[in-house]
Amino acid sequence: MSKLKLNLGPQHPSTHGVLRLILELDGERIISCEPDVGYLHRGMEKMAEKLSYIQYLPTVDRIDYLAGFFYSELLCRTVENALGVKLSDRVKAIRVMMLELNRIASHLLWIGAFLMDLGAVSPFFYAFREREQILQYFEKVTGQRMMNNYFVFGGVRRDVFDLDDIENFLDILPEKIEDYNKIITENPIFRKRTEGKGVLKIPAALNGGITGVNLRASGMSLDFRLRDSLYSGFDFRPVVLEEGDSFARYKARILELEESAKIVRQALNYLKKGGDLEQDLINPLTLKLPEGEFQSEIEAPRGLASCYIKSDGGKAPYRLKWRTGSYYSVNLLRKLLVGEYLNDAIAIAGSLDIILPEVDK
Amino acid sequence: MNYLYFLYIEFLGRHNIPQIFGDITFYILPACILFAVLLVVILALVLFERKLLGWFTQRKGPNRVGLWGVLQTIADAFKLLCKENITPTGVNRFLFNLAPILMFVPVLVVLGLIPYSSEFTFMNFQTNLLIYLVLAAFPVLSILLAGWASNNKYSLFGAMRNIAQVLAYELPIAFTVLSVIVLASSMNLTRIILAQSSKIGILGWYFIPCIIGFVIMFICTLAELNRCPFDLPEAESELICGYNTEYSGMRFALFYLGEYAMLFANSLFIAVLFLGGYLSPFGKYLTSGWLLYFEQVFWLVLKSFLIIFLAIWVRATLPRFAPYDLLKFSWTVLLPISILNLFLMVVFKFITGGVYA
Repeated sequence: MSKLKLNLGPQHPSTHGVLRLILELDGERIISCEPDVGYLHRGMEKMAEKLSYIQYLPTVDRIDYLAGFFYSELLCRTVENALGVKLSDRVKAIRVMMLELNRIASHLLWIGAFLMDLGAVSPFFYAFREREQILQYFEKVTGQRMMNNYFVFGGVRRDVFDLDDIENFLDILPEKIEDYNKIITENPIFRKRTEGKGVLKIPAALNGGITGVNLRASGMSLDFRLRDSLYSGFDFRPVVLEEGDSFARYKARILELEESAKIVRQALNYLKKGGDLEQDLINPLTLKLPEGEFQSEIEAPRGLASCYIKSDGGKAPYRLKWRTGSYYSVNLLRKLLVGEYLNDAIAIAGSLDIILPEVDK
Repeated sequence: MNYLYFLYIEFLGRHNIPQIFGDITFYILPACILFAVLLVVILALVLFERKLLGWFTQRKGPNRVGLWGVLQTIADAFKLLCKENITPTGVNRFLFNLAPILMFVPVLVVLGLIPYSSEFTFMNFQTNLLIYLVLAAFPVLSILLAGWASNNKYSLFGAMRNIAQVLAYELPIAFTVLSVIVLASSMNLTRIILAQSSKIGILGWYFIPCIIGFVIMFICTLAELNRCPFDLPEAESELICGYNTEYSGMRFALFYLGEYAMLFANSLFIAVLFLGGYLSPFGKYLTSGWLLYFEQVFWLVLKSFLIIFLAIWVRATLPRFAPYDLLKFSWTVLLPISILNLFLMVVFKFITGGVYA
C-alpha cells in the first residue's frame, strides 16, 4: 500500500478559512487526518488581560464573525452576572431577537457554504439573498453589518426600530425555506452525498465535546437555550434528529431556521407593544469586576460557547478564556474522516460548520 | 462544398487570378475564418454562461466592461495574455507545455468535421462521425499530461479522476451514437442530417424516436466535458482546480478556451445527431439563394446554444457527484440503458424501415 501525504490547506477553497488538514491517503481514501490549527490566532484571550472591559468588548465580535452577537452577549452577560445587574424585559427581548436573527444569518451562510463544498453554486447566492435582509437590518440598527458591537454592559446601545423589516423577513422566510427544500433537500445527488456520511454517535460526540446542532442531529436533546434565563418565557423546541450523518446536520439547521424564526416572532410581538428602553448601563470607565471567577455560557450557532473570567479586581480581567464550539468540531475530524474518501471528507468537514476564527481565537 | 468551390474559382477567374491560388486558399481561408469565428463564439459563450449563471442566482452577471458587459470576456482574455506564465519547479517542461496545446488543437480539427450548412463542411468523408469521436476524446490525454506533469498532488488527483470518468462515459456515448448510425444507416454527419429531414420538420429529428439516447448523450457529454455535476477533475472545493491548478496565464487560457470550444463542438455534435443539424424546424427553409446557407448555420448554432443553455442550467442547479457514484452511475445505469436503446432502435428501424415521419 502506497501512502500519499496530502496537505489540505491552510489555503484551500473549502477549509472555510485557514484550517490545515494533513491527510494520509491511500488512493482517495483517507488513512489518517491531523488537523493543524492556529493560522488565524490573534491572541484574543491574552489581549483581554491588557484592555479594559469596554475596550475589549468590540473585539469579541471577531471571535466568530458570523455570529458576533453571541460573543458580545457572552462577555456582557459574564460582566453583568458578576456585578449582579438585572436586565429589563425589553432589553432581554431585543437581545433575544438580535441573537436569533444572527443565528438565522449564520445558518443561512452555512447552508450556502456547505452546498458550495458539495459543488453547487446557486444555493450560496440564494442563502445570501435572505441573509442580506438580516444584515441590512443590523446595519440600520447597529451601524454595522457584521461586527456589530451592539450589546453593552447592562443593555444595548440603542432601542430597535423599523420592526416591520423583520416582520417582512419572517413572512418570506418559510417560502424561502420551502425553496431550499426543493432545490437542496430533495435533490438526489445531495442526498446521496450526505446520507450515511460522517455518522457521529452520541458517545463519540460527547467524548469529543461536541455541542449544539451537531450534537442534536445525533439524537441528544441538549440545548442551552432551555436553561438560559434570557430565553425564559419564549416558546420553542430544540430540533433533535436521530441519524447523526451529514444530512441530519443539514436538516437540523434547516429546521432550526424555522425554530429561530419562531423565537424572533415572539420577541418581535413583545417589542411591537412599545415601551421605553429601561436600562441601567454600567459606566464603562469605572467598571471593575470583583475578585473571583465568573463564568457564563450561551448556545451559539456552532455549539456551546462560554466565557470564563478570573478577576483580581482590576480594570482588566486577570485571565479570560473562551470556549467555542468549532474547536471541538475540528478535533473531531481526526476520527470522523478516517476511512472516508477525499470528496466525502470535504463534505463532512463542511457539515460540522467549522469556522476558523472561532477555533484559533 | 463543390458548389462553393466553383463559385470561388469563378470569382477569382473574373479577376485574372490563377486557379492554383484559388485551390490553395480555398482550404486555408475558411480554416482561418473558422478559427476567428470560433474565438468570438467561445468568448460569447463564456459571457453567455456567466450572464446566465448570474441570472439563475439572482445576480446581474458581468455588466461593467462595455455595454451590458459584452466586452468582459475580451478583457479577461487580454488579462490572461498579459499574465506571467509560471512554471513550477520540478515539472516536466515539455509535457507541461504540451498539455494545453493538446487541449485546444483537436477542438479546431473537430469543428472542421461538423456540417454547418449543406455546402459548408471542411472535412466531409464517409466516416467523419468516427473521426469526431476519436478526436473528441483527445482532451483526456491533455488532462492526463497536465495532471502528471504539474508535479502537484491535486493535479494528479484531477487527472486520475478524469481518466476513470471518461473511460466510463465513452461507452454509453459509443452505444448511443451507434443507435443513431443504425437509424441513419450512415457514418457521415451530413447524411445523418439529411436522413432526419422530413416535410414536418421537427418530427423527423432523431430525438423523438431516440429520446433515451438523446438524454444519455447529453449526460455523457457533460461528463466528458467535466461540467457540473461531473466536474470532478477540477472540483474547486476538493481539488482546488484539479489538473490545471498549476497553470497560469495563456496556458491556463488555452485550457479554459479549449474547454468551452469543446462544449461548443459537442453541442453542435448533439444538434447534428439528434436535432436535425442545420435543418429548419418548420420542414422548409424560410430563405433561399445564398441566404439559405446563413439560415442553416443559424439553425445549427441556435440548436447548439439550446443545448449549452441546458448544460448551464444543470450547472446552476446540481451539486457535484461523488467519484464512486459517478462511475457506478455510468456502469450500472447509463451503459445498460444505452445498450437497450440501441436494441430498441434496431427494432424500430426494422419495423419502420427508417421512414417514419
